[in-house]
Amino acid sequence: MGKILVMVAQRLALGLLTLFFVSLIIFLSVEMLPGDLAQELLGQSATPETVAAFRKQLGLDLPAHIRYLEWLGGIAQGDFGRSLANDREISGLIAGRLGNTLFLAGLAALISVPLALTLGILAALYRNTPFDRGINVFALTSVSVPEFFIAYILILFLAVQINWFPSISNIGPATDLFDRIYRSILPALTLTLVVVAHMMRMTRAAIINLMASPYIEMARLKGLSPRRVILRHALPNALAPIINVVALNLAYLVVGVVVVEVVFVYPGLGQLMVDSVSKRDITVVQACSLIFAATYVLLNLTADVLSILTNPRLLHAR
Amino acid sequence: MDKIKLLGELARSGQVDRRGFMTGALALGVTVGAASSLWSKTARAQPKRGGNFRLALGSGSTTDSLDPATFDSTFNQVLGYGTLRNTLTEVKGDASIGPELAESWEGGDGAKTWTFTLRKDVTFHSGKTMTPEDVIASVEHHRREDSTSAAKPLVDSIASIKADGPDKVVFELSAGNADFPFYMSDYHLCILPSKDGKVDATSGDGTGAYVLKNFEPGVRASAERNPNYFKEDRAHFDSVELLAIVDPAARTNAISTGEVDMMERVDLKTVNLLARRPGIIITETVGNQHYTMPMITTQEPYTDNNVRLALKHAINREELLSKILQGYGRVGNDHPIGPATSFVAPDIEQRTYDPDRAKHFLKQAGYDTLKVQLSAADAAFAGAVEAAVLFQESARAAGIEVEVVREPNDGYWSNVWLKKPFVMCYWGGRPTADLMFTTAYAAGVPWNDAYWDNERFNRLLVEARALLDEDKRAELYREMQMIVRDEGGTIVPLFASYVDAASDRLGHDEVAGNYALDGLRVTERWWFT
Amino acid sequence: MEATLKLLRSAPPTALFGLLVVVTYVLVALLAPLIAPYGETQIVGAQFLPWSDEYLLGTDNLGRDVLSRLIYGARNTVGIAFLTTCLAFLLGCLTGLLAATLRGWTDQLLSRLVDVLMAIPALIFALLVLTITGTSVAALVGVISVLEATRVYRLTRAVAVNIEVMDFVEVARLRGERLPWVIGCEILPNALPPLVAEFGLRFCFVFLFISALSFLGLGLQPPTADWGSMVRENATLITFGDITPLIPAAAIALLTVGVNFVVDWFLHKSSGLKT
Repeated sequence: MGKILVMVAQRLALGLLTLFFVSLIIFLSVEMLPGDLAQELLGQSATPETVAAFRKQLGLDLPAHIRYLEWLGGIAQGDFGRSLANDREISGLIAGRLGNTLFLAGLAALISVPLALTLGILAALYRNTPFDRGINVFALTSVSVPEFFIAYILILFLAVQINWFPSISNIGPATDLFDRIYRSILPALTLTLVVVAHMMRMTRAAIINLMASPYIEMARLKGLSPRRVILRHALPNALAPIINVVALNLAYLVVGVVVVEVVFVYPGLGQLMVDSVSKRDITVVQACSLIFAATYVLLNLTADVLSILTNPRLLHAR
Repeated sequence: MDKIKLLGELARSGQVDRRGFMTGALALGVTVGAASSLWSKTARAQPKRGGNFRLALGSGSTTDSLDPATFDSTFNQVLGYGTLRNTLTEVKGDASIGPELAESWEGGDGAKTWTFTLRKDVTFHSGKTMTPEDVIASVEHHRREDSTSAAKPLVDSIASIKADGPDKVVFELSAGNADFPFYMSDYHLCILPSKDGKVDATSGDGTGAYVLKNFEPGVRASAERNPNYFKEDRAHFDSVELLAIVDPAARTNAISTGEVDMMERVDLKTVNLLARRPGIIITETVGNQHYTMPMITTQEPYTDNNVRLALKHAINREELLSKILQGYGRVGNDHPIGPATSFVAPDIEQRTYDPDRAKHFLKQAGYDTLKVQLSAADAAFAGAVEAAVLFQESARAAGIEVEVVREPNDGYWSNVWLKKPFVMCYWGGRPTADLMFTTAYAAGVPWNDAYWDNERFNRLLVEARALLDEDKRAELYREMQMIVRDEGGTIVPLFASYVDAASDRLGHDEVAGNYALDGLRVTERWWFT
Repeated sequence: MEATLKLLRSAPPTALFGLLVVVTYVLVALLAPLIAPYGETQIVGAQFLPWSDEYLLGTDNLGRDVLSRLIYGARNTVGIAFLTTCLAFLLGCLTGLLAATLRGWTDQLLSRLVDVLMAIPALIFALLVLTITGTSVAALVGVISVLEATRVYRLTRAVAVNIEVMDFVEVARLRGERLPWVIGCEILPNALPPLVAEFGLRFCFVFLFISALSFLGLGLQPPTADWGSMVRENATLITFGDITPLIPAAAIALLTVGVNFVVDWFLHKSSGLKT
């Protein structure tokens, strides 16, 4: 157990390093983008005079490394700074959006993870039956069409034609929980359809892959029921790739849902980041990418710890 | 006129579509403009109070703020100007100027001195009374040395501002300007509450029809009726909710499912399908918004006016109107003065697609064939690249080879416009001819995107600006439109209408065309029937 | 030849169907200029013409033939997606196997690098890079293959690590086998089934990623025909029950389903299960 704690500590330290590099990469990329905040905000109505005044006010005329170090100094003290574009506190700007994003991801995960595991195990159990082929085809189809297309189809049937759910997720800070779920159900369903196939297929593949192993053969020869063979003998050893793929998909639910946010006008973090990139609002871009990166690092750490716990061989010192 | 009425009834009941209505009305001798505004008039009823008005806007970004100096899209314009605040003057539905926070004004000294008399009963949402100091501070907000406001060029002509008594503000201009009251209606120049000469630009406090409740940049804003609003016959809704829905398909869905009561910028590809939905009415407002193709006149081959004329004749405006705008607009005549502008001269002959004349001018310039590069990106306007490709086809018949250079949307205005010799561009239009010419056609101004310099035009522009005699001014502006049309460096192929969709439960008066959405004033001018 | 035929005869109908689909797509993509009735960007008639003998699937928003654009779209979209997936696998598998076998510093360095790259949301990263470099096909393929390689790396490594601790690998090492042999003959064959399954899915993801980029205006640039943006350009039609934008989406779906049927078959065969 102690070994794992040491590893967690190491990984957390590495995670911090990762975040540092991420912030550096993002900062450099935004620096390399054509145009800067002053030009993007003023657009067609920019004059050389106003652009220069803008840059001076925001400190954009300072050299890049100085601006980066200043920002880093702020972060070290837990201060995300202010949005360059509208001078709002970034922590305030992000808090609500982050909450929305996590809510949607949580809702989608609650639906998709149990569904994917159950279907995957059932498919392995009843492999090559019409049931297996049926859900296989369903999963393949759902993963095969673009997510905005799934979204539009759901909108067409569930919002436009029978009007069960709203076509846009108009949620605000004052929306109560029930209303929130009701208004987020279409984006959550879309995301479920997007991620469920990947997880389900990996579950099925990992289990079937083990079915040829001698110890499974042995278990079968002992006359155990297929259900018992899969649940007690195959599944524990198949957990590592399954956990990995679940972690990847959970991370996707948090960081990769820009398109769904656009279609359902869901006020999440992805939209905030895309907007800020297009306006070169570097402090907001940095804050968002740090949050995304941290989510990713933590989910991966969890996945790795769980994989090790499920495969004691990995704990052996060599 | 009975037939017109019948046509109106048919249109209201959905038996005649827009095209049928327009054709019918034109056959009955109604002008295009009148027919189109007739079409956009829904069942007229007396304004009624009440309801929560939900408006889906096609713009809005998380970087938005409530500071008028930063207003760059319809979302913050409708919210920050049209809903929360007012200006000194207001452009009315018929394109004339009327009083708003100023009850009257008076020009003197060859239109160099302007005295505005303020209304006395106006309070801000906070309860503070509006004073001349607030007006001065609000203008200074854009005028000061380190201002970053897009409206800075607009107020640069002001030499000094001072208060005169408790209700008068006097502007001294550096040169005469008969249109100055129009300048004061610009949405940037909202009157903000001030303290010690500094304005409160970001809290949303103003004198406007609604009081801000909640604002999430790039998502939504909500506001409630201002019980102390100084206009008695406006602000009919109990509350308004503005939603930023950039994706056109999402906006279309939202209005189809009744999530919103009105949407801005209908997707023109499917406008006919949307119009067939029960309960939804498409409103078209012919405005001043126009698409342009400036050629930098200081660079070869555009230095030769014959080349410019050849290109102006090589573009098929009718085709662009039907393919890019689905007919929702008007063909341009190579000058920027739109139908909703004062001093538009409608009698100037319309330039048409004529490859033979284009060849003729090409020959005059000494070319048999010509190869030019046209820079385009959809950042200029929706469909700009398609328009460039269509131009390529039509110019080929005139012996002109147009190479369409696709530019990235990002940084289009900073890296392509004003830099590449021949580009796609758009203008939102200005309420007066003088403002439009001064902004983009006068020699040496920063946004003169063709780098055009015509001596007679420049002289006429200054002369007309200081004139107070309307007839004489009209004559001068007519000549200027002719000069721009025949010698200017800009092709103006299209005027694009504002096309919105609204629930049929909404009522309104004549719709202003100076900006989108009834002059950005839809929240205070419209009502639920 | 005979072996191939025998193999095909033993394949289940789904796999045969999948193969048929894949082969058809490849042929269509290769022979596009010969099959397509009109040019890729040629304006042939009025806008939004209905289906007819002359224009089998009607015309699009600019008056171009939808069928021709669909055929050219196969060439652009499938070609680019396939190339990108192959590059991503080459890069991802190689680094993943190396990391799993060598462990130590190589593993640390590669894993940390991948962590950094993966920690940045893929769409945002692509958006940043493509805005800097401009949206050329080379940039598109480059960015997406590096991004997808990180996903492949993680999976390969996770699978390979589990195999690497198995006894037979230990035995091979003790026998004194060299590294390429251990990777190629001991680890890779055992890691292959999940990787092949992943290839099919990755191909779909690349496909969808490109169409998502098109959705956000950063994919293949018009007037190039591309299924993703063809859906996007006409998406509002769906609200009104018009199925034309469904066709390119169906084309995407059909191919990915076909690919996955083939992959499934392979998975089944390589797992050695007879039932």
